[in-house]
Amino acid sequence: MTGRNKWISLGVLAVLIALLPLFFPSGYYYRVGALIFVNALSVVGLVILIGYAGQISLGHAGFAGIGAYACALAPEHLGLHPALALVLGAVVSGVMAALIGKPILRLKGYYLAVATLGFGILVSMVLTNERALTGGPDGMNVADLGLRSLLRDMGWRLSGGEFWYMICGVVLLVGAWLALNLFDSPSGRAMRALHGSEVAASTVGVDVPRQKLRAFVISAVYASVAGSLLALQNGYITPDVAGFMHSVEMVTMAVLGGVGSVLGATFGAAILTLLPQVLTVFAEYEQLVLGLVMVLVMIFLPQGLLPSIARRLKGRDE
Amino acid sequence: MDALLQFLFSGLTVGAVYALVALGFTIIYNASDVVNFAQGEFVMLGGMITVFTYQAGLPLPLAAVVAILVTSALGVALNKLAIEPARGAPVVSLIIITIGASIVIRGATQLIFDKQLHRFPSFSGDDPIHVLGATILPQSLWVIGGALAVFVGLWVFFTRTLTGKAVLATANNRVAAQLVGINTGWVMTLSFGLSAAIGAFAGVLVTPITLVGYDVGVALALKGFAAAMLGGMGNPKGALVGGLLLGCFEALTAGYLSSQYKEAVAFIVILAVLFVMPQGLFGSKSTERV
Repeated sequence: MTGRNKWISLGVLAVLIALLPLFFPSGYYYRVGALIFVNALSVVGLVILIGYAGQISLGHAGFAGIGAYACALAPEHLGLHPALALVLGAVVSGVMAALIGKPILRLKGYYLAVATLGFGILVSMVLTNERALTGGPDGMNVADLGLRSLLRDMGWRLSGGEFWYMICGVVLLVGAWLALNLFDSPSGRAMRALHGSEVAASTVGVDVPRQKLRAFVISAVYASVAGSLLALQNGYITPDVAGFMHSVEMVTMAVLGGVGSVLGATFGAAILTLLPQVLTVFAEYEQLVLGLVMVLVMIFLPQGLLPSIARRLKGRDE
Repeated sequence: MDALLQFLFSGLTVGAVYALVALGFTIIYNASDVVNFAQGEFVMLGGMITVFTYQAGLPLPLAAVVAILVTSALGVALNKLAIEPARGAPVVSLIIITIGASIVIRGATQLIFDKQLHRFPSFSGDDPIHVLGATILPQSLWVIGGALAVFVGLWVFFTRTLTGKAVLATANNRVAAQLVGINTGWVMTLSFGLSAAIGAFAGVLVTPITLVGYDVGVALALKGFAAAMLGGMGNPKGALVGGLLLGCFEALTAGYLSSQYKEAVAFIVILAVLFVMPQGLFGSKSTERV
């Protein structure tokens, strides 16, 4: 990817975020949009881990859970402002990722998958079982960010949907920009080199464990911030955010859109977020369709939707 | 002491089910290098189909055979429809495919049958047997015995029969196996059919104790996966020992520490084993080719 491509990706993303509301028939769509951006943010993190560095995680919902519950617990028990709680959650997630990443990133393939899966399940189990603190499976309320009322006092009236659409859109743009910067940085090159072959990368001087750990920590912070934003915009959070199925959804979104690209990740997040909304009419068939989409895309478009479509289009031009 | 024995009995019962799921994982992993996350759904299908054919009036043994055969056929279909077309795909894609397949199976089951919990009668009554001050259900003996029988059967199959050796050869090197005349496509079909049948068998055995519903497969797949990893992926002995150990860890934790965190300890143990022995208890060391 060249520098020009980076700005094209970011430009497309920015234009989409800015112009989509023109086509929204009702306020409800702002909510869905904000949800897509939040999901896309955690998926961009996974693009760094899976797409750049070639490592897998089936436990990233655990970090989303840490971020979400940081925003729920810290304002109540530590008196922190929710925005600072988001930062605290990101720091805790990063430190946690560094601590567990060190031993488990030595593992490969399925072994890494089960180790990360174990971590994710442990987090969701703690959130579910520590009823006194987290309210258990019923979840708990999350304090308001307070920014919207501040804007209102300054004379800028926004609905909840519009406000979160903007916030999440901007955070996603920043996240995408950072991820695209990383791609061409020395670290990004090292990650992609070890993706190709760890032995080859280490012979040319790449510190393989260090770069893997870096990718893992960065992706954990992305997931954590996404979890925090989700908690803040819903005003309510349950342990499902850290559940195994959420981890699976995140990885599926990443691979569905095309795991190498930030735009693809957003695309995958959009599709998998919209699918249940569209399917509510056929609630009975929701699982069936979701599963079929996962299987069929992986079989017929193994590169993911966006790269496969792009190649199809290019082929037609020639 | 009585309590300890009691916990071990229940641990061995649950562990035997984990072991059967892990053995199913092992067969497919050996033949194709795929970890089949839909393995837990086979257990669920074994239980559910037996329940409904039994309610339709079939005698229990016949209902169980029908369930195992149907599930086995579904396993073969899973291979033909979803795994074979994606051969050579990266690990992430294969994980998503099998998880996707498990979601499809769950969704279809819930449509075809229902969302309730079901059971059918135990094979030899429900009167607990007293052993050294502890009690064990006759059905538990069926489950433990079933797991041991399957393990011995597989051991004989893999070491004493030509077909079993063909499966191992395919696992070792697909191209080389083809060169010496092994029909690797048939080996794959066999592996998925056998693995699904073992899963369904586990479902038939355990349903009278734990009940069955359309969504019991996920937890079983995760535990079975963990058990297989604990023992060392691809090793039948590891699958058996890993499953039984995991079951006992859970039962002891539930008994002495906290029933809420019994599953947590299982995953902590697995993480610890992977840290110390990244290849599992019985796995062999592998090297990377450039």
